[in-house]
Amino acid sequence: MPRLTVWLVRASLLYLVIGFGVGAVMLSARALPIASATAASLRPLHIEILTLGWIVNLGIGVGYWILPRHAVGAERGGLAAVVAAVLLNAGVLLVGAGAALGAPFPALVAGRAAEAGAAIAFAVHAWSRIKPYGAGRPAAERKAT
Amino acid sequence: MPLLTRWFVRTALLYFVAALALGTALLVRPLVAAAPLLSAAWPGYLHLLTVGWITQLIIGVAYWLFPRPDRARPAPPDHLGWAAYVLLNAGLLLRLAAEPVAILDPASDVRWLLPFAGFMQLGAAICFLLLVWPRVRAR
Repeated sequence: MPRLTVWLVRASLLYLVIGFGVGAVMLSARALPIASATAASLRPLHIEILTLGWIVNLGIGVGYWILPRHAVGAERGGLAAVVAAVLLNAGVLLVGAGAALGAPFPALVAGRAAEAGAAIAFAVHAWSRIKPYGAGRPAAERKAT
Repeated sequence: MPLLTRWFVRTALLYFVAALALGTALLVRPLVAAAPLLSAAWPGYLHLLTVGWITQLIIGVAYWLFPRPDRARPAPPDHLGWAAYVLLNAGLLLRLAAEPVAILDPASDVRWLLPFAGFMQLGAAICFLLLVWPRVRAR
């Protein structure tokens, strides 16, 4: 597993536990003396952490690992995927924590923009790795396999 | 495919079918009018899809496909995986059963089941993390 995948998958596992923890508190608010306003304010954090933090981090982490590698140069490329990882996690923290803590609107917009930037960066990274079997290898080598 | 993966993936498929059936039922107004519990089933529908189907499928496939644990370190015990399966599904089913009742009657004693449902699912997430963390490692 490449190091970037390790970071992304481990981050996704932490987001899963934190997201389920937030969800457990929200669900408990129906029975325990937790202010319903507090539980409602946690909803954006819960959704952000579990959709983009858990599922998308895992998706791009595993995608970076298993998509076909380049035949020449850096086998998985690199910079665009790292940019995607940084922007995605900055966005999740800005939008999720920002919404829960009542951050100003521009902070939420910046967070969403970072997430959109992450999507673009990962698409740029992955585009050239989506190819048929043997593409990019010399013809003789392709025949041998 | 390991036995644990087969249980996770087959259960995920059942939730997928159940979620889409419930989603369809929620759109049929006469049905919702006849069964008031359905009117409070929207959160259950969302969690059938996101927890029952997507998360459960991911957990099952990750358990199958992630690299084997490093031989130099002791592998996490398999019963963590079974604990994750039981806690995730017991928590989700408890939520599905209790939440509509608690929404329609917030004073109902059934509401006391909801913290258990939430923390059982949290326990499942922790078990899964402990199970796969050692397998998420650089070459």
